[in-house]
Amino acid sequence: MSATTLFGLCGALLVGVGIYGLVVNPQPLRKILSFNLIGSGVFLLFGVVARRGAALGMGGDPVPQALVITGIVVAFSATALAVALLLRLHDVSGTASLTTKESPEPSDT
Amino acid sequence: MNMAPLVDGSLVVLILAVAIWTIAVRDSFAAVVGYAIYGLMLALAWVRLAAIDAALTEAAIGGGLTGVLLIRAAVRLRPTESVVAGDSPAWFVKALAAVLAGAVSLALAVVVLTLPEPAPTLAPQVAEHIASTGLGNAVTAVLLAFRATDTLLEAVVLVFALIAVWSLAPDRFWGGRPGQHYHLEANGMLAYLARLLPPLGIVVAIYVFWVGADLPGGKFQAGTLLAAMWLLAIMAGLTDVPEVRLVWVRIALVTGSAVFLVIGFAGVPFAGAFLAYPEGYAKPLILIIEAASMLSIAVTLALLVLGPPERRGQS
Repeated sequence: MSATTLFGLCGALLVGVGIYGLVVNPQPLRKILSFNLIGSGVFLLFGVVARRGAALGMGGDPVPQALVITGIVVAFSATALAVALLLRLHDVSGTASLTTKESPEPSDT
Repeated sequence: MNMAPLVDGSLVVLILAVAIWTIAVRDSFAAVVGYAIYGLMLALAWVRLAAIDAALTEAAIGGGLTGVLLIRAAVRLRPTESVVAGDSPAWFVKALAAVLAGAVSLALAVVVLTLPEPAPTLAPQVAEHIASTGLGNAVTAVLLAFRATDTLLEAVVLVFALIAVWSLAPDRFWGGRPGQHYHLEANGMLAYLARLLPPLGIVVAIYVFWVGADLPGGKFQAGTLLAAMWLLAIMAGLTDVPEVRLVWVRIALVTGSAVFLVIGFAGVPFAGAFLAYPEGYAKPLILIIEAASMLSIAVTLALLVLGPPERRGQS
């Protein structure tokens, strides 16, 4: 199996692990973490596509590589916003739970 | 003997193991520490994929800054995390989640295994036009010349994210200082490091920025490094976070996007298109944009980590 296929499958599995964690973990902080796992899996798939496009002495197609760099920075800013929302929820309500006592429906993040 | 498959195989196993651990471990603090380690190992995967620019960004932002951000949050949430952990969903929800996750992974795996041969690539087009930018690093050329709109919008997104974070401040603290006050422990290890590392870190950041034109590196990586040095000095108590109402803070935040926009619009009369560079001036203009963006990125990233204002300024 080639290295690109191997890392591609790794990215595919990371997305799955992230989705599972996003649904199953009740703590919002863990959901944010899981969401970042999904994101990093998608970025890794970009890296695989870039690597397969290696040509003319370049180690990979620079366009997807540049998109990934942009993506990593934007993912960080979204994470920072999510954490700020969570900490505010914690300050206002004294808890960081997404569920209410009456309806134990886990709400979406 | 070729060791590459062994290295790649072990790396993939480690990455997946740490990823599973971060979602399975009970203690949230342990999970976020695991995530920081995961970011660093992912950076190694980027090296194996010959994407050194992405590896530097992942190590600095994915492992470093996101790690600091999440660890700070985990410490503050610690008292409630174990209580909230009791809201764990029922077994059938878990089973459905597993089926969903498995299906998505499977679909992506099929896509990976059936990617077209030969792989489509834009590398020849980049190689053909890179001479016109005067740059040697193809990734920097894409970021600041061929796809400069993406990079401009990204700089704006960072500022918007910070505005959104600040607007979560309670009314009484609006315009004040973000985060808690860190007390200086004059002879502590942290204060020692915070005096020792920033001079080195700043030099390395400027180097990473400067070589970014021709070699892996650039404004994001350098800006993140500067942000880290500033955060280190703040967390060691050597300096305090500025009040967010200060004019220089606001100017520092928007300089990068403003310079980018001005040069972008100047391209309309001088080069015939928005964000086009006049012949022969591409490299100096790109360096000006990068220098301004690096400073704005450094200030924005550090303030994003510190969060909304939580203290009134003492002025």
